[in-house]
Amino acid sequence: MANLALTGIRKTYPNGAVAVRGVDMTIDDGEFIVFVGPSGCGKSTLLRMVAGLESITEGSIHIGDRLINDVSPADRDVAMVFQNYALYPHMTVRGNMSYGLKNRGMPKEEINKRVNDAASLLRIGDYLDRQPNELSGGQRQRVAMGRAIVREPEVFLFDEPLSNLDAKLRVQMRIEIKRLQRRLNVTSIYVTHDQTEAMTLADRLAVINDGKIEQMGAPIELYNNPATLFVATFIGAPQMNLLPAQFDGEKLISNTLSLSGYDGLPQSQNLILGIRPDTLRTDDNGQLEMRVDLVEQHGADNLIYGAILNSENTDSEETEFCFKTGQEVMPEIDSTLRLGFDPDKTLIFDKESGDRLR
Amino acid sequence: MKNWNWRLISTHAILIVGVLFMSLPVWVAFATSTHAPETILRDGLQFLPGSHFFTTYNEVLFVEGGVMKSVLGTTMLKNSLILGLGFAIGKVIISMLAAYAIVYFRFRLATPLFCVIFLTLLLPLEVRIIPSYEVLAKLGMLDTHVGLIVPLIASATGTFFFRQFFRSVPDELLEAARLDGATAWGFFIDILVPLSKTMIAAILIIMFVVGWNQYLWPLIMTTKEENYTLVIGIKQIYQILAEGGELPQYQKAFALTILATLPPVLVVLIFQNWFVKGLVESEK
Ligand SMILES: Nc1ncnc2c1ncn2[C@@H]1O[C@H](COP(=O)(O)OP(=O)(O)OP(=O)(O)O)[C@@H](O)[C@H]1O
Ligand SMILES: [Mg+2]
Repeated sequence: MANLALTGIRKTYPNGAVAVRGVDMTIDDGEFIVFVGPSGCGKSTLLRMVAGLESITEGSIHIGDRLINDVSPADRDVAMVFQNYALYPHMTVRGNMSYGLKNRGMPKEEINKRVNDAASLLRIGDYLDRQPNELSGGQRQRVAMGRAIVREPEVFLFDEPLSNLDAKLRVQMRIEIKRLQRRLNVTSIYVTHDQTEAMTLADRLAVINDGKIEQMGAPIELYNNPATLFVATFIGAPQMNLLPAQFDGEKLISNTLSLSGYDGLPQSQNLILGIRPDTLRTDDNGQLEMRVDLVEQHGADNLIYGAILNSENTDSEETEFCFKTGQEVMPEIDSTLRLGFDPDKTLIFDKESGDRLR
Repeated sequence: MKNWNWRLISTHAILIVGVLFMSLPVWVAFATSTHAPETILRDGLQFLPGSHFFTTYNEVLFVEGGVMKSVLGTTMLKNSLILGLGFAIGKVIISMLAAYAIVYFRFRLATPLFCVIFLTLLLPLEVRIIPSYEVLAKLGMLDTHVGLIVPLIASATGTFFFRQFFRSVPDELLEAARLDGATAWGFFIDILVPLSKTMIAAILIIMFVVGWNQYLWPLIMTTKEENYTLVIGIKQIYQILAEGGELPQYQKAFALTILATLPPVLVVLIFQNWFVKGLVESEK
């Protein structure tokens, strides 16, 4: 077991594409780190550099105190689970799981023991003699994980391992991965763009945007205290509501809204007011007027989508809004809701830089 | 209805004519080969089997001086098999290795090199037969199996097929194997070769037939009778017939021809399932 340190990592692909622009992070022993970010932000590239599948343009990676920049993938003591499983199609499940151990010259009994242990841990013991094409997607995924587990590596790497599974199986496997990682206590990096996966799996979450880490921390910390507009909108579902705003010295003005409870903000500067859908409440004295366009019933919760009417008088488009509430609130379509919120639970961002001001 | 019947009959008629056109000569050759030489000389080609099957084929295959001056039919059969198998196996090995290098090793000249390999399609052996002969003569390899096979086994088509196949193998397999500690050689043997099974089978079959039917190169390369392949044997026996002498042994010439066509036909018949699979299916 060991911690993992990335220092000043950059990656430029041979074709000139810059995928990673300066990443520093330390991952503690046994920690579960999730990389999350939009498509093309460089998550996979970063992961593959740790695996040794991509060269490192600049910077250094240490596992423990060992510099692994120029160590071959096989000797890094990392194991990876791929999105499309990448099982060897012509080998049995047992063959797939033992191949890496055989290549390392491990004695047969030891290989068998490890494979059997991993198989019972993953509940694939009955399939050991089948070939991958005789397994379901979930079973294949387990085999891919088994192949990683038997190696007993210092670090597990997962690149969107669940994205080929259907929604239900995904939730189930997610829980299993988490349980497994707790139990084996192996340092892990997990790449996903599913933010539920990210929130639920991570000890710490790294939000990546355009090759840089926007913010890193515990999921709930990122949810409550996002450092930037990007993180605030990326983390949390449904997405945070955003309203353009300005501060006039006393009140926060957003179109015809004039909100008190804010002070110490810079004046004559474009701001963004961020309100999470679940911090809103129906309030007859509330200033926000929302026209209901759509109600999504999720069971316990209703998600109400619509437009904020207070912004209609500007030439900008209607501001899309989402309000999360209990199942008892069931407004008519095209009716108008009055909404209120607690200013302390809202976030203010600088529109230009995206930095959080409050 | 009537219309439909006519269509059915006419298409079948065309197909039957095609089948006859292809198979009748083979049948005539076989039927004729089972007759006595006198019958053939007197009555010409035969359409029905005669009574000399065992005598003729026994002499051709097992009796010294039965067909050629000294070499037995079985020896020629063996030589043909060695050429066919060596040719096919050699081609598969060489072209797999070449394709492996081109697809998986990112050296700078991979693409131009592949083009060069592909260009050799324009330079079949017939074009370079004299220099090839010269080289082998200097190496003292005339009249050897190795000398016969090696100059033939470089294969642009094989390389092309394997290259296309390797490119369709997902990259993640290579990456998984690298993380699993497979060496370059290990990945080739443990992963690529088993994945290419059906492809290998298909190319082996095609190349066996091509190798078996090689004519010009063995003709130039072999001077001693003991190294004749069946194809060369056929050529020689007809030459002897043309030169005349005693009673012309047409039945033996036909028997040799039948013997020469049999193995490729058998190979294709037996392995045709694999063959089709290899060319059609992309197993992943
Ligand atoms: N082999 C490559 N050659 C050149 N550019 C590449 C290569 N692989 C990725 N890139 C570029 O690098 C950037 C980051 O790619 P990467 O695969 O890391 O994204 P990602 O965050 O994993 O996205 P996704 O969520 O879609 O998987 C992208 O802009 C991509 O176009
Ligand atoms: Mg990716």
